[in-house]
Amino acid sequence: MHEMSLAESVLDIIEEAACTQHFQTVRRVVLEIGKLSAVEPDAMRFCFDAVMRGTRAEGAELEIIETAGAGVCLACGAAVAMQAQYGLCPTCNSPRLQITAGNRMRVQDLIVI
Amino acid sequence: MCGTCGCGGREALISGKKPSRAPRTGATAFRAVPADTQQEIDPMESRLIRVERDLLSQNDQLAADNRREFAASHTLALNLVSSPGSGKTTLLVRTLQALHPHIPMAVIEGDQQTECDAERIRATGVNAIQINTGKGCHLDAAMISHAWAQLAMPENGLLFIENVGNLVCPAAFDLGEAAKVVVLSVTEGEDKPLKYPDMFRAARLMLLNKCDLLPYLNFDVALVLANARRVNPDIEIIQLSATTGEGMDAWLAWLEQARTA
Repeated sequence: MHEMSLAESVLDIIEEAACTQHFQTVRRVVLEIGKLSAVEPDAMRFCFDAVMRGTRAEGAELEIIETAGAGVCLACGAAVAMQAQYGLCPTCNSPRLQITAGNRMRVQDLIVI
Repeated sequence: MCGTCGCGGREALISGKKPSRAPRTGATAFRAVPADTQQEIDPMESRLIRVERDLLSQNDQLAADNRREFAASHTLALNLVSSPGSGKTTLLVRTLQALHPHIPMAVIEGDQQTECDAERIRATGVNAIQINTGKGCHLDAAMISHAWAQLAMPENGLLFIENVGNLVCPAAFDLGEAAKVVVLSVTEGEDKPLKYPDMFRAARLMLLNKCDLLPYLNFDVALVLANARRVNPDIEIIQLSATTGEGMDAWLAWLEQARTA
């Protein structure tokens, strides 16, 4: 389950931010998780709680903002809503879709004390 | 925490040892959050910090460092990925036997436990480093950086990275390779590319292995090829059998072309 590694990355990002921004405790972590990214939100919640235990972010609220998948058809240029990493263009039926949104996973904001 | 890459508190072992530590410098150092994104609030009150950092940014930076090092030594690094039991190690052994000692080669083996695979590789006369990821389900760029430092490979060589058998997690972690090569065996289902699209999208080449078993199986080759291309229209495909050697010539030719490109 790579969400464990990704939760550890969240902790690394928090610790680096704590060094530069001087805070003691994290109250809330806001993550942006694209629908087409490699993260399952429920698995991330589970791993987040486990990884943050004993750290300055123990007990922090995890807010996940899920962003929709979107792409562009490389054959006809149509904008395409994407539910999965692959699909067919509804206009011309081409499988050559380039993802333009919804594949990001990042720490957006922290609310800290 | 390791200063080279920030690994720390993790349990990966490289050749049975914890990776050595080095000071964090230059390209791998973290960027500070710009001051203008901070809010001036009483420190006793809670405040919002805008971070906007990708979860994989640290891995991606290290992968970029690895990629530069591979390029500097004219090494073709390939990341071999598959589910467990697809025949990656057998394929590698056969490949090494065909090319050793004409081309400098080395192998980085990733498994949760044991040195079994590295020992199989070393029996061919090629240097291998075993990374045991412990509970980890994938290799990451930091592990490759540590293993690469131990390899001392000659220039113009081929570096095979055999990832942990897993079609999910290794897709997300760039190691700095020139290409991912996904191995799928005909004893698996034709729908694997649709079930694990991240991996088949990320791969440049798919090796359809164990083709010698096709007469005994109810496996639709045309369907699996169509499924792979549905997920990744540009994927290259070679059908082979690491056991009988059928199709190995095409794979060796692909390697030679990629190495001299």
